[in-house]
Amino acid sequence: MAVVEERSAEEIEHELHEVWEDAPGIPGFFATVDHKRIGMRYIYTAFIFFFIAGVQALFIRAQLTVPEADVVGPETYNQLFTMHGTTMIFLFNTPVLAGFGNYLLPLQLGTRDMAFPRLNAFSYWVFVLAGIFMYTSYLVGAPPDGGWFAYLPLTDKVNSPGVNLDFWGLGVIFVGISTTVGAINFIVTTFKLRAPGMSINRLPLFVWSILAMAFMIIFAVPAVTLAAALLEADRLFGTAFFDVARGGSALLYQHLFWFWGHPEVYILFVPAVGMVSMMIPVFSRRAVSGYVWAVGSLVAIAFISFGVWVHHMFAAGLPALAMSFFSAASLVIAIPSGVLFFVWIATMWQGRVRWTTPMLFSFGFLFIFLAGGLTGVMVSVLPFDWQVTDSYFIVAHFHYVLNGAVVFPIFGALYFWLPKMTGRMLSERLGRLSFWSMFVGFNVAFFPMHVLGLLGMPRRVYTYAEGLGWETLNVVVTAGSLLFGLGTLLTVVAWVMSRSRGAPAGDNPWDADSLEWSVASPTPHYNFRAIPVVASRHPLWDQQLLPEAISGDDEGTRSMGTPGALADETPITTGLDAGAEETMEIPRETYLPFLLALGLAVFFTGLLVEAVVIGVAGLVVATIGLLWWAWRTEADLV
Amino acid sequence: MTTAVAVPPASPRRRTYPTGWWGMVVLIMTEAMIFAGLLSSYFFVRAISPEWPLGHIEPPELKRISLFTVVLLGSSVPIFWAESAIRKGNQRGLRLGLLLSFLLGAIFMANLFFEYEELHFGVRDNAYASLYYAITGLHGLHVFVGLVMNLVVQIKAWQGKFTASRHLTVEIFGLYWHFVDVVWIFVFSSLYVSVGHW
Amino acid sequence: MAAALVAGACGSGSPSALDPKGPASERIAEVWWLMLALAVVVYLVVGGLILVASRRKRDAQEGGRRLPLSENAFIWIGGIAVPTAILVVLAVVTVSSTAELTQADDDPLRIEVEGFKWWWEVRYPDADVVTANEVHVPAGRPVEIELTTADVIHSFWVPELAGKVDLVPGQRNILRLTADEPGEYRGQCAEFCGIQHARMAFLVIADEPSAFDDWIERHRAPPPEPPPGPAAEGERIFESSSCAGCHTVRGTSARGTSGPDLSDFGSRRTIGAATVENNRGNLGGWIVNAQALKPGNLMPPVSLEPDELQALIAYLESRR
Repeated sequence: MAVVEERSAEEIEHELHEVWEDAPGIPGFFATVDHKRIGMRYIYTAFIFFFIAGVQALFIRAQLTVPEADVVGPETYNQLFTMHGTTMIFLFNTPVLAGFGNYLLPLQLGTRDMAFPRLNAFSYWVFVLAGIFMYTSYLVGAPPDGGWFAYLPLTDKVNSPGVNLDFWGLGVIFVGISTTVGAINFIVTTFKLRAPGMSINRLPLFVWSILAMAFMIIFAVPAVTLAAALLEADRLFGTAFFDVARGGSALLYQHLFWFWGHPEVYILFVPAVGMVSMMIPVFSRRAVSGYVWAVGSLVAIAFISFGVWVHHMFAAGLPALAMSFFSAASLVIAIPSGVLFFVWIATMWQGRVRWTTPMLFSFGFLFIFLAGGLTGVMVSVLPFDWQVTDSYFIVAHFHYVLNGAVVFPIFGALYFWLPKMTGRMLSERLGRLSFWSMFVGFNVAFFPMHVLGLLGMPRRVYTYAEGLGWETLNVVVTAGSLLFGLGTLLTVVAWVMSRSRGAPAGDNPWDADSLEWSVASPTPHYNFRAIPVVASRHPLWDQQLLPEAISGDDEGTRSMGTPGALADETPITTGLDAGAEETMEIPRETYLPFLLALGLAVFFTGLLVEAVVIGVAGLVVATIGLLWWAWRTEADLV
Repeated sequence: MTTAVAVPPASPRRRTYPTGWWGMVVLIMTEAMIFAGLLSSYFFVRAISPEWPLGHIEPPELKRISLFTVVLLGSSVPIFWAESAIRKGNQRGLRLGLLLSFLLGAIFMANLFFEYEELHFGVRDNAYASLYYAITGLHGLHVFVGLVMNLVVQIKAWQGKFTASRHLTVEIFGLYWHFVDVVWIFVFSSLYVSVGHW
Repeated sequence: MAAALVAGACGSGSPSALDPKGPASERIAEVWWLMLALAVVVYLVVGGLILVASRRKRDAQEGGRRLPLSENAFIWIGGIAVPTAILVVLAVVTVSSTAELTQADDDPLRIEVEGFKWWWEVRYPDADVVTANEVHVPAGRPVEIELTTADVIHSFWVPELAGKVDLVPGQRNILRLTADEPGEYRGQCAEFCGIQHARMAFLVIADEPSAFDDWIERHRAPPPEPPPGPAAEGERIFESSSCAGCHTVRGTSARGTSGPDLSDFGSRRTIGAATVENNRGNLGGWIVNAQALKPGNLMPPVSLEPDELQALIAYLESRR
């Protein structure tokens, strides 16, 4: 320590820069393990997929605006809605939340990186390569066309002989690796890399939500990986898992798929709740009311979400008694959501609301989620579900939940956190315009779909006959979707403009409470020169002079001060009360994650084209990568 | 504007569980779900089938597989020895424990291949056959990965890279290997004991 | 807004679940109106609370306003007690209406419906009658439909009469419905089943019981020999061309099974699973190039001389 103190602040800053800065240009791009770079990259990449899927949605609407339209044929239409759903779920919603989690988690926890920085890079590369893998299907003219849940037997080799479904099945397995690895990283980071004093009851709600999400991923994603793997085994190797003629079961696929599929809704929704629960208190200028209630609700949602999957199969002819059980369980999940509403209301009630753009988006979220939650209760009532499942009512419901209640918080989060990431504020004026355009457009687009469903319009039809009373509402829906799309573009404009014209953000532009606002904007490479010592749930509000730790002599505290940052290390703390425990060395830049992901991509390509040589080559590359990785990992240093 | 404070040091006697250990635990949770899903699929298909095994496939014979079950479960014991040896700094015990465990695992693996050779049904025959191969194959893959991990750890052990205080790799590998063994108990009781004959 | 939209859209020819024409759909509609009423109240109350809570506070007091209750009581009542009460009501409604709707009727009319890509075969096992894409039922009598599929999963949905039930491979699912009044009720496949999922519709035609009995009687026997002339020539073409490979006409050598049975085609109201109205022009167009009307369906184009086509149309129209 004495050594450090002899040097000037500039010298230290310079040395920190030397230690933490990635190599410039292409090498640094592929080798970085910085959670901030990876997090932002996740967000950018996910938004590219968001706009691709948005364009697909507009094509869908163009085709459905008038009866018997011929904008795209049935084949193209089926590909469009399949890829729209697949992209939004697997390539936008999940990764964009992982991106925010990646960027924010270490900052909110007060540490210098994720627990496994190289795995973090790996999960990004797998995500982007899986996305490219799925979209290669467009280049060869064979995009998946079996719907985003790809029910058998429609998707077996007999009924879908083309390579289309293989892009889907293999892509889902591939991207699942990314999600799972990311979840492991979130869990371990949350438990082991917290700033001293940040005991488990002081975690920001966003961290809680990411933790709940990660646990849901750990227990749910294996089911969809299995479903897709068995589907591909049936398709590629002729096994009989889902082939009724050989004793298999088509319903088994549905059970496996929805065992993941329903928690997945909450995997997307819970982090969005976490974001809103960060923004509402900040813009109500007071601590969240009922923190414990909110945490309990997040945990309860995570648990209950595993007991409701059969409600996606209410029309499949299961025994009525079993269905009644799942119907009741589906009703119960409304209770934690109700608690969350009253937590937010109590927070705003006792605070003083500031109408910033992030708050507007949170506000829009409240009204949209309220509607989506209520229709969610309706569709869990068994007989009613028999009428509306697979109709436009369901399309409306899940867009209220997955688009409204997830995308609105994400857009709010862009306005809220991008200033931290880029150092520049986004235009409030464009933000408001974007919000109102999205909010009005959203409701005009999706509300009438409820009515269309009740009027008998099934989902996934590429056209409909005249005279069924669906014409007017379909025109309204299309108009709304255009307005919604316009609103999203306005945010892109605000985003791009902020890079050159945005006002400098400063450390804490919103006067917020969590640790990410204690560092400069954009965040320095090392996050915290010295790790903050936390004594409150709202450190920046309650600890006027946020204390910084100094490095001690023992293994547990030696990396807490500036010497830790200089040594590229970060402290590991105890699981519940975040006391000093160990020190972790943060790995340097490496190509290994990219190499391993590339090997997997080659392996899946080999399966896709059913070429043993390519598959084996990919496996060899991946294995070499893994072994090299295992060999070089000096985990024993700790 | 900030104040600097010293954080109380870690309590020295407390056993620590670093990130790598936690990472393996969470990985095992998600892997366990894959096996749970496959075994659930097995029982789901079995429940809707008029006969089991399907298509007049002979139920598995239990004598031989029971013997090799003992071999596989037995391979966990040397891992315990190896771990307790290195905690005392005993390099020889570590190396021998790892080696013995490797040999037992390899014997189990070899039996799997011989068993596949002798089976009178193929993976495409029916859903029972597909599930049988999928479950035993996935478990076999885990044994194989465990053996490869064992090799990596063993090479490091023979190079003397582990000490009484630094041997996290051994513990992480041990977790994984015990998991592979525990999963086998479920596979064995579902695929063999519940249908097989002596 | 919802009510206005619904009111505006009802009675405009929609196969609407909110315009029930049978006891099953009526029960579900009742559940819906109850839930809608509850949902509107909850939406207004919670939405109102959000608006009140977020209202600008003119008074300069630092900490905002006090809740009318303690924080815990507020969250407890609003987030747990009231929702639980509402959910208990809904659970009771769910269980009772489910029991009601899954109860077997005495002496129902049994019908078998088998789904094909992309049409429906309809069989009356007690009368040995087979037709396609039209389900004839007697008004007022409970009907028990056994649903199976020949290929992929489909879903049988007639919103005006009942909820939907899937047609799942390896399963025999049961749907119970009753049409109160004679009439024509449109149904459609509700589970995505491939390229022509959109045009896999059908009609449920409810007749007075006596008219239904007549219909059954007429269809028990094979259709009469075609009258001499174009229709008889059409039968020869039908039997000798590719038609017979896929379609059956009872009493002839045409025994194909991959397409719909055409024994009563002349009396059907639609062509191509309710894709177009059954008239001469549409039928001619369908035979020559069904792909133009329903792209991707399994019927190949048939090339015929104009007089052959006319004869075939005359023959098919005579199959009633």
